[in-house]
Amino acid sequence: MIQGNDHSFADLLQKYGLIVAFLIICAVISLLSPAFLTVPNIVNVLRQISINAILAIGVTYVILTGGIDLSLGSIVAITGVLAATFAHPNTHPLIVPLLIGISGGILIGIFNGMVITRFKVAPFIATLGMMTIARGGALIISGGRPVSNLTDSFNFIGGGDLFGCPLPILILAGVFFFSYFILKNTTLGRYIYAVGGNEEAARASGINVTKTRITAYAICSGLAGLAGIIQASRITTGQPNAGISYELDAIAAVVIGGTSLAGGIGSVAGTVLGALIIGVINNGLDLLNVPSYYQQVVKGLIIIGAVILDREQGSK
Amino acid sequence: MPERMLELRGISKRFPGVMALDGVSLEVAAGTVHAIVGENGAGKSTLMKILMGLYPQYQGEIRLQGRKMDHQSVKQALNGGISMIHQELTYVPHMTVAENIFLGKEPCYKLLKWIKGRDLHARTEALLHQAGMDLDPGRRMRDLSVAERQMVEIAKAISYDSRVIIMDEPTSAISEREAQRLFSMVADIKSSGSTVLYITHKLDEVFRLADEVTVLRDGHLVETCKVEETDTEQLVAMMVGRQLKDIFPKRTQDPGPEILAVKNLGRKGVFRDISFSLRRGEVLGIAGLMAAGRTEVVRCLFGLDPYDQGRIFIRNREVTIKSPADAIRLGLGFVSEDRAITGLIPCLSVRKNITLSNLNRCAWGPVIVPNRERQLADQTIADLSIKTTNGDQRVSTLSGGNQQKVVLGKALLGQPDILILDEPTRGIDVGAKSEIYKLIRALADAGKAIIMVSSDLGEILGMSDRIIVLHKGTISGRLRQEEASQEKIMKYALGSTRQ
Repeated sequence: MIQGNDHSFADLLQKYGLIVAFLIICAVISLLSPAFLTVPNIVNVLRQISINAILAIGVTYVILTGGIDLSLGSIVAITGVLAATFAHPNTHPLIVPLLIGISGGILIGIFNGMVITRFKVAPFIATLGMMTIARGGALIISGGRPVSNLTDSFNFIGGGDLFGCPLPILILAGVFFFSYFILKNTTLGRYIYAVGGNEEAARASGINVTKTRITAYAICSGLAGLAGIIQASRITTGQPNAGISYELDAIAAVVIGGTSLAGGIGSVAGTVLGALIIGVINNGLDLLNVPSYYQQVVKGLIIIGAVILDREQGSK
Repeated sequence: MPERMLELRGISKRFPGVMALDGVSLEVAAGTVHAIVGENGAGKSTLMKILMGLYPQYQGEIRLQGRKMDHQSVKQALNGGISMIHQELTYVPHMTVAENIFLGKEPCYKLLKWIKGRDLHARTEALLHQAGMDLDPGRRMRDLSVAERQMVEIAKAISYDSRVIIMDEPTSAISEREAQRLFSMVADIKSSGSTVLYITHKLDEVFRLADEVTVLRDGHLVETCKVEETDTEQLVAMMVGRQLKDIFPKRTQDPGPEILAVKNLGRKGVFRDISFSLRRGEVLGIAGLMAAGRTEVVRCLFGLDPYDQGRIFIRNREVTIKSPADAIRLGLGFVSEDRAITGLIPCLSVRKNITLSNLNRCAWGPVIVPNRERQLADQTIADLSIKTTNGDQRVSTLSGGNQQKVVLGKALLGQPDILILDEPTRGIDVGAKSEIYKLIRALADAGKAIIMVSSDLGEILGMSDRIIVLHKGTISGRLRQEEASQEKIMKYALGSTRQ
């Protein structure tokens, strides 16, 4: 009886501890800086985190299966360059660069998934290889130069507003609800959790483990393609050097969000919250004029602290 | 009365949901071999793990040569003079014999803990020579045979100056000739004044090696006696208990038509020429010793491993089974030997585990309908009386018996015609066992065909309509229920193929 109560209390903490932490951070920053809790600043934070949050949501799929994807930053670069190449004025309608960017990402994800499942290469190694391959690909396609002179409609994706809200934020919202639904309410989502929780048992339950894992990598990289488009659009250039170390920021958001790197446990809600925490702290330190060098140190400490906290709660 | 070596007083150990050991007290004299027998789940391994310091939290007292032992770790147990030759040997395969023996206590220079390589080699050589083992200390463990590895483990135990050496089913994976050498080593250890605790389920070894024997059952010590004062039948009766007849329900229906036929099934290096058939309403028991290939056969049948020979017929039609998904589609269900490895997703809820194989039954296309899922899962929870606060509870928090019911429920939700049960009652209470037996019989009576792999001879005899016995990957005997006995099964399991 007591144990049961204990358990649900721990569950509660686990579930809402992150929100509480987030609210405390917001409260502290808003006390120190009146500029924090203003609509323009909040919109600014959301826009700043949108690319990282989309990547983080994507890599949540992969991490839930017990994998990892280190090639995200390079995928952002190659898909951004690819999309930009097809977005010069008077060449193709907007849908072409969009489809090419996203499907380019998906193809890379399928390739990653195949290497990992068919050739049994560890995800860390396979995607580390892809990190270099895709970066090289971006440089080859662009000839090492930024791809500029893009259509206004393409530049609108990362820079425009819709109903007074920056489009990247709306896209992030869409990606979040889509992923929340997939992971919570579909068989694919259930299989992703099952494969990450216990691959052998998932297979014995008749689940096609290979297909499930490849799909997770495909979705992850497809979302990275989307992020690549937003990134290129926002800076109005396809930059072959864009997105360096973005994968680490994305993984950091996932980890802060309580998703286990061992797989099977976690959620995209946690991931978005993790991205928000990183964004709010960066923004707060900016507002307080803390030099950016220190910001990196703080972010690193938060990642480590979040995981320790999570483990402490989990073991209770 | 010889010197008393080891004394256990009131040892108890509780696991979530199971009392694994309940007040076990035991005295073992120096220079003797003490056999410990009991069925699976009787508590033998738990007792030995406590002795080895693997379970620091237990009740009771352990005294070694009159000294109270208070070890909290394996290292302390080893230094205290207790060592164990594990059932599954524990060694580092890439390291040499010498490196393995001295792992964790390498002779080294004080400065920088530099290992004295030559010293290591020489000391190993001396040790092996002293134990009468003809082995090169420089060979790598992975290149040795199972029996040779076992010799290394014994040498390692001697290197610790162990006064008590525990052997956990040491002959389960070695040949008869190798076993002979092992027995002579046991005799040597005994004559050197040390004590051997010998866990086995081969009763002939008890009479061959042991001075005294202790029978454990369901965590209780049934009796300790001198081997001269007992015989096989008496030991079996003590191991199995007398309530045997009550816990196995009788068949009420006659078997129906044949549903499964397996012809000459084989997997290279694992098993071969496995042929049997199965009728609806029938329980087919598969018996055999560890590593005889029982689990491997049913894993192939369910598509978990590939088979490279033979044919499988289901409902008189030839089928190929390449994956568990194929098997489930063909009407097979599988409850695995190891819940933790192939049975459950520990971090998911009871409900999600139950519906995992059959999400299509509660989904609209790719979208899961929560109400339908809840309904299906709750029905299973009620049907199998799974004790859980609700379906949202994490499955890893249930007791062993209830976890087992979840695995069974998951398999049943697919409405299989053929149900494969691999060690269906391993590690669960007697109470939960009898519930599982009733369920199995009810399923058979409802027309399902059941294959039950078990190491528990009582269970095999009590539940099976027919029994096949495996030995080294082939069928060494077939028995009908009326003619089956513990001795016959054991004889076939040990490799006698007279039929």
